[in-house]
Amino acid sequence: MTTVKDSASGAMPASNYITTDDLQQAVDAALTLQRPLLIKGEPGTGKTELAIEVARRLNAPLHSWHIKSTTRAQQGLYEYDAVSRLRDSQLGDERVADINNYIVRGVLWDAFVSEQQSVVLIDEIDKADIEFPNDLLQELDQMSFEVYETRQTIRARQRPLVIITSNNEKELPDAFLRRCFFHYISFPDRSTMQRIVDAHYPDIKQDLLSAALEVFFDLREVPGLKKKPSTSELLDWLKLLIADDLPAEALKADDIRTVLPRMHGALLKNEQDVHLFERLIFLNRQQQNKRS
Amino acid sequence: MLLDFHDRLRQAGLPISLNEWLTLMQGLQAGLGTLNLENFHAFARLCLVKNEAYYDRFDQVFSDYWSGQSQTFDTLLDSLNTAIPEEWLRSAGLEDLSEEQRAQVEALGGWDALMETLAKRLEEQQEEHHGGSRWIGTGGTSPFGHSGFNPEGIRIGQTGKRQGRAVKVWDQRRFRDLDGTQEIGTRNFKMALRKLRRLARDGRPDRLDLDETVRATASNGGLLDIHLRAERRNAIKVLLLIDIGGSMDYHAQLSETLFSAARSEFKRLDTYWFHNFLYEKLWQDSARRHTQFTSTPELIRTYGKDHRLIIVGDATMSPYEIMVPGGSVEHWNQEPGAVWLQRLQQAFPHCVWLNPESPQWWDSTPSVRMTRELMADRMFPMTVNGLQQAIDCLKSPINPATGADHD
Repeated sequence: MTTVKDSASGAMPASNYITTDDLQQAVDAALTLQRPLLIKGEPGTGKTELAIEVARRLNAPLHSWHIKSTTRAQQGLYEYDAVSRLRDSQLGDERVADINNYIVRGVLWDAFVSEQQSVVLIDEIDKADIEFPNDLLQELDQMSFEVYETRQTIRARQRPLVIITSNNEKELPDAFLRRCFFHYISFPDRSTMQRIVDAHYPDIKQDLLSAALEVFFDLREVPGLKKKPSTSELLDWLKLLIADDLPAEALKADDIRTVLPRMHGALLKNEQDVHLFERLIFLNRQQQNKRS
Repeated sequence: MLLDFHDRLRQAGLPISLNEWLTLMQGLQAGLGTLNLENFHAFARLCLVKNEAYYDRFDQVFSDYWSGQSQTFDTLLDSLNTAIPEEWLRSAGLEDLSEEQRAQVEALGGWDALMETLAKRLEEQQEEHHGGSRWIGTGGTSPFGHSGFNPEGIRIGQTGKRQGRAVKVWDQRRFRDLDGTQEIGTRNFKMALRKLRRLARDGRPDRLDLDETVRATASNGGLLDIHLRAERRNAIKVLLLIDIGGSMDYHAQLSETLFSAARSEFKRLDTYWFHNFLYEKLWQDSARRHTQFTSTPELIRTYGKDHRLIIVGDATMSPYEIMVPGGSVEHWNQEPGAVWLQRLQQAFPHCVWLNPESPQWWDSTPSVRMTRELMADRMFPMTVNGLQQAIDCLKSPINPATGADHD
C-alpha cells in the first residue's frame, strides 16, 4: 500500500489495514496450529493485502507467489533449466558438469530455507489448473520436498505461515480444503468501511465522506450490476474526489436515482453497468416528470 | 459433548471430515475459540466450513444447537478442562513454550494455577461479555495460543472494542445469498461447467517437448535435436438443446445465463433450440425457425458419439406431447417425442436434462415425471448443485430406459 500513514509516535507506521475480529482470529489460529489459511472474498476486499500486512506485523519476510493459468506446482518448488544446460553442453561450458547450476529455486524453497519464520502468499490459487492444489498437498503438509535431480530433501527450518487467496473461479479439491483453515472476507459494513477510509485518508472531510459512503452503498444496492464496486474502488474514487477538492454538497445533491455520481468511472468499470445505470436514471426521471 | 453438534452439522449436509473435526479439537485444547460463544463460533467455522456456500447452513445449525442453552458453553469449557487427562494437556501445552515463557508461567504460580486463572477468566468473560480478546490476547505469555499473531499485543488496525451486537452473528444469516442450493449467475455456471473438460493435445505443435528433446539429443550424439508438441486444450464437445417459448418464458433469463456461460467455456459448443419437446426438427435461428431448420436425424449424423448432450427444458406440457404421434402443439409429428428422445440418447449416450423448474413441482407434473423416467433419472435442477451433479453424471453413459426404439 503506497499510502501508509506515517504516525509520529513510533518506528512502526500505523497500519491502514483494518480487520475484523473473525479475521484476526483466523490468522491467530493458522499461526498456532500451523495450517495454511485460505482466504476468499469479493474482489477488492483486501485478500492479498492481508498477507502483506501480516508479514509486516510479524516482521517476517514475505514470499509471494502469484499464480497464473499456466503456473504449475513444480515451479513453486524448483525448476530444472534443461534448455540452458543443453545450450551450455553445445558450447562446451564448464558449468554443465554440475546439475546444481541448473536448478532454479522456487518461492517455497526460498521460504523453507529462510532463517526466520516467513509468510508465504499463494495469490489467486484458483487461476491455476484444477489439479494444481492437489500437487501441493504433500509439500504444504510436511513442509518438505525432494529435489529429484540431486536427490536432496529440502525441509522447512521454520514452518512458514501460508496464506492462500482465491477468487472463486474454480473450486478447490476437498483434500486440499481439509488441510486449510478457511475464511471468507465478507463485504465490510458501513462502520467498518468508515474505519477503513479513515485509516487511508485521515484528513478527509467528514461530510464529504458520509455523502460519498451514502452514494457508494446506494450504488451497491442497484440490482443487476455486473461488477459491484468494492473497497478498492471506493478508495480510488475518494482519492479522485479529494484531489478535485469537491465540496460535500456536490455529492449530496446527486441522488443516484437522478444523475450519475461524479467520477463514476472509478466505481463502475463496465460499460454495460453504466448503460444500465443510465437507463435506470432515465426511467426515474420519467416517473418524476409524470408525478409533477 | 460436542459430538452431538457434529452429528447435527452432518445431518444438515455439511461435508465435515474426521480430520477437520480433530483440528477443531486440537485448536480448542490449544485454547483457540474458547473465549466466548462468538469466539467459538468463528473458530469452529474456520475449521469446519470450507466453502462460503455452507456458511448459512452452518449458522443455522449453530443457532439451533445453542439456542436456549446458555449454560452449555460453560459446560463445554468445563468438559474441555476435565475430560482430558491432565498429564497429557500439560505436556502438550508446555512443549510449545520457550524457556523464557516457561519461566513466566512459573512466575504466575505454575501451570495448575494458570489453568485455574484461565477457567476463572473464561467464566467472567461469559458473564460480562465484553472486552474482546484483551483477556488472553495480551502479554504474549499465554500458553493458549492467542499470543501467536500479536506477540507484543499489537493489533492490526485499531479494532477497539467489540461492537455491541444486538443480534448474534449466526442469527443474522448474512451468508444466505451464498448458499449453493440457490439459483446461479453466469460466473457460478462457468465454474460448474469448467469441471466438464477433457484435456487433449491437438493443434499446431508449438511447445517444446523437453523429454523428447533430451532423449533425441542424447541419441543424436549430443547434438541438439528439438522436438515440439501441441498444447493441452480442452477437447470436450458439447451439444446444447434448449427449450424456448411457452412456459420457458419464465426461465428465459436463466437459460440465457447458462447459454452465455457455456459459450465462453467450451470452444466446441453447438446450440439448437426446440419447443416443448424434441421431435424431428430443431433450429439454430429462432426468427427463421420455420424456413431454416435442421432435421434431428441430420443432427445425429452430423455430431459424433463423443459429444456431450445437455438438454434444457422445463418438461412441463401435456403428456400427449411426449407419448402420442401428432401430440405436438405446433405441427403434426409422425412419431411421438419419446421416440426421438430415445434416438438422441442412443446417438449421444452422455446426456443429461436440466430443468429450471424447482424440483418440488416435478412430482406433481406428469410430463416431468415421464421425461425423468425417459432420461433414466438424469434430470437435474438448474442450481449450482444441480449442475454439478449433472456434470458428474455426464461422465458415464446413460442406460437407456426400457423399450428403446430400434430402427
